[in-house]
Amino acid sequence: MKKILLALITASSLMTLPLLASAADYVLDDEGGHAFINFKIKHLGYSWLTGRFNTFTGAFNYDAAKVSDTKIIVDIDPASIDSNHAERDRHLKGPEFLNVRKFGKAKFVSTKISDKGNNQLEVVGDLTLLGITKSIVINAEKIGEGKDPWGGYRVGFSGTSRIGLKEFGMEESLGPASTHVDLELHIEGIRQ
Amino acid sequence: MLLNTQNSYGVVTKLLHWLVAIVVFGLFGVGFWMVDLGYYDYWNKLAPHYHKSVGILLLTVMVFRVAWRFFNVTPEPSQVLSPKEKKASHYVHMVLYVAIFGMCVTGYLISTADGRSIQVFNWFSVPALGAFIENQEDIAGNVHEWLSYGLIGLVIMHLLAALKHHFIDRDGILKRMF
Repeated sequence: MKKILLALITASSLMTLPLLASAADYVLDDEGGHAFINFKIKHLGYSWLTGRFNTFTGAFNYDAAKVSDTKIIVDIDPASIDSNHAERDRHLKGPEFLNVRKFGKAKFVSTKISDKGNNQLEVVGDLTLLGITKSIVINAEKIGEGKDPWGGYRVGFSGTSRIGLKEFGMEESLGPASTHVDLELHIEGIRQ
Repeated sequence: MLLNTQNSYGVVTKLLHWLVAIVVFGLFGVGFWMVDLGYYDYWNKLAPHYHKSVGILLLTVMVFRVAWRFFNVTPEPSQVLSPKEKKASHYVHMVLYVAIFGMCVTGYLISTADGRSIQVFNWFSVPALGAFIENQEDIAGNVHEWLSYGLIGLVIMHLLAALKHHFIDRDGILKRMF
Protein backbone atom coordinates (compact mmCIF):
# COMPACT_ATOMS: atom_id res chain seq x y z
CA MET A 1 0.00 0.00 0.00
CA LYS A 2 2.78 2.38 0.96
CA LYS A 3 4.60 1.53 -2.25
CA ILE A 4 1.51 2.18 -4.33
CA LEU A 5 0.89 5.49 -2.60
CA LEU A 6 4.44 6.59 -3.16
CA ALA A 7 4.25 5.50 -6.79
CA LEU A 8 1.16 7.64 -7.18
CA ILE A 9 2.90 10.58 -5.56
CA THR A 10 5.85 10.19 -7.90
CA ALA A 11 3.55 9.83 -10.87
CA SER A 12 1.74 13.02 -9.94
CA SER A 13 5.03 14.86 -9.40
CA LEU A 14 6.21 13.65 -12.76
CA MET A 15 3.10 14.87 -14.46
CA THR A 16 3.65 18.37 -13.17
CA LEU A 17 7.31 18.50 -14.03
CA PRO A 18 7.09 18.64 -17.83
CA LEU A 19 5.19 21.90 -17.41
CA LEU A 20 8.06 23.43 -15.51
CA ALA A 21 10.70 23.30 -18.17
CA SER A 22 11.66 21.73 -21.40
CA ALA A 23 14.85 20.30 -19.92
CA ALA A 24 15.22 16.57 -19.38
CA ASP A 25 13.16 15.01 -16.63
CA TYR A 26 14.70 12.72 -14.08
CA VAL A 27 13.38 10.50 -11.32
CA LEU A 28 15.40 9.74 -8.22
CA ASP A 29 16.79 6.24 -8.36
CA ASP A 30 15.23 5.11 -5.09
CA GLU A 31 14.34 1.77 -6.70
CA GLY A 32 17.99 1.03 -7.34
CA GLY A 33 19.03 2.57 -4.05
CA HIS A 34 21.15 5.36 -5.54
CA ALA A 35 19.65 8.13 -3.53
CA PHE A 36 20.12 8.79 0.17
CA ILE A 37 18.54 11.14 2.63
CA ASN A 38 20.90 11.01 5.57
CA PHE A 39 20.99 13.06 8.72
CA LYS A 40 23.31 13.54 11.61
CA ILE A 41 22.94 15.17 14.98
CA LYS A 42 25.40 15.61 17.80
CA HIS A 43 25.02 13.18 20.67
CA LEU A 44 25.58 15.03 23.92
CA GLY A 45 28.10 17.13 22.03
CA TYR A 46 30.55 14.24 22.17
CA SER A 47 29.91 12.42 18.90
CA TRP A 48 27.69 12.26 15.84
CA LEU A 49 24.62 10.12 15.54
CA THR A 50 23.70 9.34 11.97
CA GLY A 51 20.60 7.94 10.38
CA ARG A 52 18.60 8.07 7.22
CA PHE A 53 15.14 7.95 5.70
CA ASN A 54 14.67 4.76 3.75
CA THR A 55 11.51 5.51 1.82
CA PHE A 56 11.11 8.48 -0.49
CA THR A 57 10.44 9.31 -4.09
CA GLY A 58 11.38 12.31 -6.10
CA ALA A 59 11.76 13.86 -9.48
CA PHE A 60 13.52 16.82 -11.01
CA ASN A 61 14.30 18.37 -14.32
CA TYR A 62 17.80 19.40 -15.17
CA ASP A 63 19.71 21.02 -17.95
CA ALA A 64 23.33 21.85 -17.22
CA ALA A 65 23.04 24.93 -19.43
CA LYS A 66 20.00 26.29 -17.61
CA VAL A 67 20.37 25.34 -13.99
CA SER A 68 18.01 28.06 -12.80
CA ASP A 69 15.13 26.30 -14.58
CA THR A 70 15.63 23.23 -12.44
CA LYS A 71 12.92 22.20 -10.08
CA ILE A 72 12.97 19.29 -7.68
CA ILE A 73 10.24 17.66 -5.67
CA VAL A 74 10.90 14.95 -3.10
CA ASP A 75 8.31 13.15 -1.00
CA ILE A 76 9.65 11.50 2.12
CA ASP A 77 8.00 8.96 4.38
CA PRO A 78 9.06 10.13 7.85
CA ALA A 79 8.11 6.74 9.31
CA SER A 80 10.99 5.22 7.36
CA ILE A 81 13.53 6.84 9.68
CA ASP A 82 16.33 4.41 10.47
CA SER A 83 19.01 5.17 13.01
CA ASN A 84 20.04 1.55 13.38
CA HIS A 85 18.29 1.16 16.75
CA ALA A 86 14.66 0.04 16.87
CA GLU A 87 13.91 1.54 20.29
CA ARG A 88 15.32 4.91 19.27
CA ASP A 89 13.50 4.80 15.92
CA ARG A 90 10.25 4.19 17.73
CA HIS A 91 10.96 7.19 19.93
CA LEU A 92 11.85 9.35 16.93
CA LYS A 93 8.63 8.35 15.17
CA GLY A 94 6.62 9.13 18.28
CA PRO A 95 4.82 12.31 19.30
CA GLU A 96 7.94 13.93 20.74
CA PHE A 97 9.73 13.99 17.41
CA LEU A 98 8.39 13.18 13.95
CA ASN A 99 4.89 12.31 15.16
CA VAL A 100 4.36 10.14 12.11
CA ARG A 101 0.90 9.03 13.12
CA LYS A 102 -0.29 12.59 12.72
CA PHE A 103 2.11 13.75 10.02
CA GLY A 104 2.60 10.87 7.65
CA LYS A 105 4.34 12.87 4.94
CA ALA A 106 7.31 15.15 4.54
CA LYS A 107 8.06 17.02 1.39
CA PHE A 108 10.66 19.20 -0.23
CA VAL A 109 9.82 21.45 -3.15
CA SER A 110 12.50 23.70 -4.57
CA THR A 111 11.65 27.33 -5.14
CA LYS A 112 14.88 28.74 -6.52
CA ILE A 113 18.01 27.08 -7.78
CA SER A 114 21.06 29.11 -8.65
CA ASP A 115 24.26 28.11 -10.33
CA LYS A 116 27.24 29.19 -8.25
CA GLY A 117 29.70 27.98 -10.86
CA ASN A 118 32.22 25.22 -10.55
CA ASN A 119 29.44 22.63 -10.15
CA GLN A 120 28.18 24.34 -7.01
CA LEU A 121 24.48 25.02 -6.69
CA GLU A 122 22.33 26.76 -4.16
CA VAL A 123 18.96 25.11 -3.82
CA VAL A 124 16.32 27.06 -1.96
CA GLY A 125 13.10 25.27 -1.28
CA ASP A 126 10.21 24.61 1.05
CA LEU A 127 10.58 21.74 3.44
CA THR A 128 7.38 20.47 5.00
CA LEU A 129 7.88 18.48 8.15
CA LEU A 130 5.31 17.87 10.89
CA GLY A 131 2.93 19.99 8.86
CA ILE A 132 5.23 23.00 9.12
CA THR A 133 6.58 24.44 5.89
CA LYS A 134 9.79 26.43 6.06
CA SER A 135 12.24 27.61 3.46
CA ILE A 136 15.63 25.95 3.70
CA VAL A 137 18.82 26.32 1.74
CA ILE A 138 20.69 23.29 0.44
CA ASN A 139 24.27 23.82 -0.62
CA ALA A 140 24.63 21.35 -3.40
CA GLU A 141 27.25 20.09 -5.72
CA LYS A 142 26.84 18.32 -8.99
CA ILE A 143 28.91 15.15 -8.84
CA GLY A 144 28.61 14.02 -12.43
CA GLU A 145 26.39 13.10 -15.31
CA GLY A 146 26.47 10.83 -18.30
CA LYS A 147 25.42 7.53 -19.76
CA ASP A 148 25.16 4.52 -17.52
CA PRO A 149 26.30 1.06 -18.73
CA TRP A 150 22.71 -0.17 -19.11
CA GLY A 151 21.38 2.18 -21.75
CA GLY A 152 20.23 4.97 -19.49
CA TYR A 153 21.41 8.45 -18.61
CA ARG A 154 22.06 9.70 -15.10
CA VAL A 155 23.02 12.78 -13.17
CA GLY A 156 23.92 12.97 -9.51
CA PHE A 157 24.20 15.61 -6.84
CA SER A 158 24.97 15.85 -3.19
CA GLY A 159 23.95 18.55 -0.81
CA THR A 160 23.88 19.59 2.80
CA SER A 161 21.52 21.63 4.86
CA ARG A 162 20.83 22.25 8.50
CA ILE A 163 17.52 22.53 10.25
CA GLY A 164 16.59 23.33 13.81
CA LEU A 165 14.46 20.79 15.68
CA LYS A 166 12.37 23.57 17.21
CA GLU A 167 11.78 25.25 13.86
CA PHE A 168 9.76 22.21 12.89
CA GLY A 169 7.93 21.86 16.15
CA MET A 170 10.16 19.30 17.85
CA GLU A 171 10.37 20.74 21.33
CA GLU A 172 11.87 17.79 23.15
CA SER A 173 15.32 18.72 24.41
CA LEU A 174 18.25 16.53 23.46
CA GLY A 175 20.69 18.90 25.10
CA PRO A 176 22.37 22.14 24.14
CA ALA A 177 24.65 20.52 21.55
CA SER A 178 21.82 18.77 19.78
CA THR A 179 19.38 21.45 18.72
CA HIS A 180 20.05 21.15 14.99
CA VAL A 181 20.13 18.32 12.52
CA ASP A 182 22.46 18.25 9.53
CA LEU A 183 20.96 16.80 6.41
CA GLU A 184 23.21 15.08 3.93
CA LEU A 185 21.63 14.31 0.61
CA HIS A 186 23.02 12.20 -2.15
CA ILE A 187 20.77 11.80 -5.12
CA GLU A 188 21.03 10.22 -8.50
CA GLY A 189 18.40 10.82 -11.14
CA ILE A 190 17.64 8.60 -14.10
CA ARG A 191 16.57 10.47 -17.20
CA GLN A 192 13.11 9.47 -18.36
CA MET B 1 1.75 -27.15 52.46
CA LEU B 2 3.91 -26.48 49.42
CA LEU B 3 1.44 -28.03 47.03
CA ASN B 4 -2.11 -27.05 46.30
CA THR B 5 -4.89 -29.23 47.64
CA GLN B 6 -8.46 -29.66 46.48
CA ASN B 7 -9.52 -26.82 48.76
CA SER B 8 -6.50 -24.62 49.33
CA TYR B 9 -3.63 -22.94 47.57
CA GLY B 10 -0.13 -24.14 48.46
CA VAL B 11 2.72 -21.88 49.50
CA VAL B 12 4.37 -21.96 46.07
CA THR B 13 1.20 -20.88 44.30
CA LYS B 14 0.65 -18.10 46.84
CA LEU B 15 4.22 -16.84 46.55
CA LEU B 16 4.03 -16.91 42.76
CA HIS B 17 0.77 -14.99 42.89
CA TRP B 18 2.10 -12.22 45.10
CA LEU B 19 5.45 -12.03 43.38
CA VAL B 20 3.79 -11.57 40.00
CA ALA B 21 1.35 -9.06 41.50
CA ILE B 22 4.15 -6.88 42.86
CA VAL B 23 6.21 -7.15 39.68
CA VAL B 24 3.25 -6.32 37.42
CA PHE B 25 2.47 -3.19 39.45
CA GLY B 26 6.15 -2.26 39.53
CA LEU B 27 6.66 -2.74 35.80
CA PHE B 28 3.54 -0.75 35.01
CA GLY B 29 4.62 2.13 37.23
CA VAL B 30 8.18 2.19 35.96
CA GLY B 31 7.04 1.82 32.36
CA PHE B 32 4.53 4.64 32.68
CA TRP B 33 7.13 6.90 34.24
CA MET B 34 10.16 6.06 32.13
CA VAL B 35 8.65 6.77 28.71
CA ASP B 36 8.45 10.46 29.57
CA LEU B 37 11.91 10.83 31.08
CA GLY B 38 13.94 13.65 29.59
CA TYR B 39 17.03 12.81 27.63
CA TYR B 40 19.31 14.19 30.31
CA ASP B 41 17.53 12.42 33.14
CA TYR B 42 19.83 10.10 35.06
CA TRP B 43 17.24 7.30 34.77
CA ASN B 44 16.83 7.67 31.02
CA LYS B 45 19.06 4.67 30.32
CA LEU B 46 18.81 2.76 33.60
CA ALA B 47 15.04 2.59 34.00
CA PRO B 48 14.43 0.88 30.63
CA HIS B 49 17.32 -1.49 31.39
CA TYR B 50 15.75 -2.54 34.71
CA HIS B 51 12.28 -2.62 33.17
CA LYS B 52 13.45 -5.02 30.45
CA SER B 53 15.50 -7.13 32.84
CA VAL B 54 12.62 -7.56 35.26
CA GLY B 55 10.24 -8.16 32.36
CA ILE B 56 12.31 -11.06 31.06
CA LEU B 57 12.56 -12.54 34.56
CA LEU B 58 8.80 -12.16 34.93
CA LEU B 59 8.37 -14.18 31.75
CA THR B 60 10.40 -17.04 33.20
CA VAL B 61 8.41 -16.84 36.44
CA MET B 62 5.18 -16.94 34.45
CA VAL B 63 6.30 -19.99 32.51
CA PHE B 64 7.09 -21.69 35.80
CA ARG B 65 3.77 -20.53 37.22
CA VAL B 66 1.79 -22.05 34.37
CA ALA B 67 3.79 -25.27 34.61
CA TRP B 68 3.16 -25.35 38.35
CA ARG B 69 -0.51 -24.88 37.69
CA PHE B 70 -0.54 -27.84 35.33
CA PHE B 71 1.44 -30.15 37.62
CA ASN B 72 -0.74 -29.33 40.58
CA VAL B 73 -4.33 -29.68 41.55
CA THR B 74 -6.18 -26.45 40.97
CA PRO B 75 -8.24 -25.81 44.09
CA GLU B 76 -11.99 -25.72 43.56
CA PRO B 77 -13.44 -22.22 43.55
CA SER B 78 -14.95 -21.26 46.87
CA GLN B 79 -18.43 -22.74 47.37
CA VAL B 80 -19.81 -19.37 48.40
CA LEU B 81 -19.52 -18.22 44.80
CA SER B 82 -22.45 -18.50 42.43
CA PRO B 83 -21.84 -20.47 39.22
CA LYS B 84 -21.82 -17.18 37.35
CA GLU B 85 -19.16 -15.73 39.66
CA LYS B 86 -17.07 -18.87 39.34
CA LYS B 87 -17.17 -18.64 35.59
CA ALA B 88 -16.45 -14.90 35.52
CA SER B 89 -13.53 -15.13 37.91
CA HIS B 90 -12.10 -18.05 35.98
CA TYR B 91 -12.19 -16.04 32.73
CA VAL B 92 -10.64 -13.00 34.40
CA HIS B 93 -7.80 -15.20 35.67
CA MET B 94 -7.23 -16.64 32.20
CA VAL B 95 -7.22 -13.20 30.58
CA LEU B 96 -4.77 -11.99 33.25
CA TYR B 97 -2.39 -14.79 32.35
CA VAL B 98 -2.71 -14.11 28.62
CA ALA B 99 -2.25 -10.37 29.12
CA ILE B 100 0.90 -10.82 31.20
CA PHE B 101 2.39 -13.13 28.58
CA GLY B 102 1.31 -10.65 25.93
CA MET B 103 3.13 -7.86 27.75
CA CYS B 104 6.31 -9.93 27.97
CA VAL B 105 6.21 -10.95 24.33
CA THR B 106 5.43 -7.48 22.94
CA GLY B 107 8.12 -5.96 25.15
CA TYR B 108 10.62 -8.46 23.80
CA LEU B 109 9.53 -7.69 20.23
CA ILE B 110 10.14 -3.95 20.66
CA SER B 111 13.66 -4.28 21.94
CA THR B 112 14.76 -7.04 19.59
CA ALA B 113 13.23 -5.67 16.38
CA ASP B 114 16.66 -4.59 15.12
CA GLY B 115 18.42 -7.80 16.10
CA ARG B 116 19.74 -6.46 19.40
CA SER B 117 19.60 -8.87 22.29
CA ILE B 118 18.19 -7.93 25.70
CA GLN B 119 20.63 -7.64 28.57
CA VAL B 120 19.16 -8.94 31.79
CA PHE B 121 20.92 -7.07 34.64
CA ASN B 122 24.19 -7.75 32.84
CA TRP B 123 23.84 -11.34 34.06
CA PHE B 124 22.97 -12.82 30.71
CA SER B 125 21.43 -11.72 27.48
CA VAL B 126 18.39 -12.99 25.66
CA PRO B 127 19.11 -13.26 21.95
CA ALA B 128 16.97 -11.49 19.38
CA LEU B 129 14.99 -13.34 16.78
CA GLY B 130 14.95 -10.28 14.54
CA ALA B 131 11.89 -8.69 13.02
CA PHE B 132 8.89 -10.79 12.09
CA ILE B 133 6.91 -7.93 10.63
CA GLU B 134 7.63 -4.53 9.16
CA ASN B 135 7.73 -1.68 11.69
CA GLN B 136 7.76 -4.30 14.43
CA GLU B 137 8.97 -1.86 17.09
CA ASP B 138 6.01 0.42 16.38
CA ILE B 139 3.32 -2.21 16.26
CA ALA B 140 4.67 -4.16 19.23
CA GLY B 141 5.16 -0.86 21.06
CA ASN B 142 1.57 0.22 20.55
CA VAL B 143 0.23 -3.16 21.61
CA HIS B 144 2.54 -3.08 24.65
CA GLU B 145 1.21 0.33 25.64
CA TRP B 146 -2.50 -0.40 25.22
CA LEU B 147 -2.26 -3.91 26.62
CA SER B 148 -0.61 -2.46 29.72
CA TYR B 149 -3.62 -0.23 30.33
CA GLY B 150 -5.95 -3.16 29.75
CA LEU B 151 -3.94 -5.38 32.07
CA ILE B 152 -3.75 -2.86 34.86
CA GLY B 153 -7.48 -2.17 34.49
CA LEU B 154 -8.16 -5.87 34.83
CA VAL B 155 -5.79 -6.15 37.79
CA ILE B 156 -7.64 -3.34 39.55
CA MET B 157 -10.93 -5.12 38.86
CA HIS B 158 -9.47 -8.33 40.26
CA LEU B 159 -8.26 -6.43 43.32
CA LEU B 160 -11.56 -4.64 43.88
CA ALA B 161 -13.42 -7.93 43.56
CA ALA B 162 -11.14 -9.50 46.17
CA LEU B 163 -11.64 -6.54 48.50
CA LYS B 164 -15.40 -6.65 48.00
CA HIS B 165 -15.43 -10.32 48.99
CA HIS B 166 -13.34 -9.56 52.04
CA PHE B 167 -14.95 -6.41 53.36
CA ILE B 168 -18.49 -6.48 52.03
CA ASP B 169 -19.36 -10.13 51.56
CA ARG B 170 -16.99 -11.24 54.36
CA ASP B 171 -16.80 -14.69 52.79
CA GLY B 172 -13.13 -15.39 53.44
CA ILE B 173 -12.16 -15.68 49.79
CA LEU B 174 -9.23 -13.28 50.07
CA LYS B 175 -7.74 -15.36 52.91
CA ARG B 176 -7.32 -18.26 50.51
CA MET B 177 -4.45 -16.38 48.89
CA PHE B 178 -2.58 -15.76 52.20
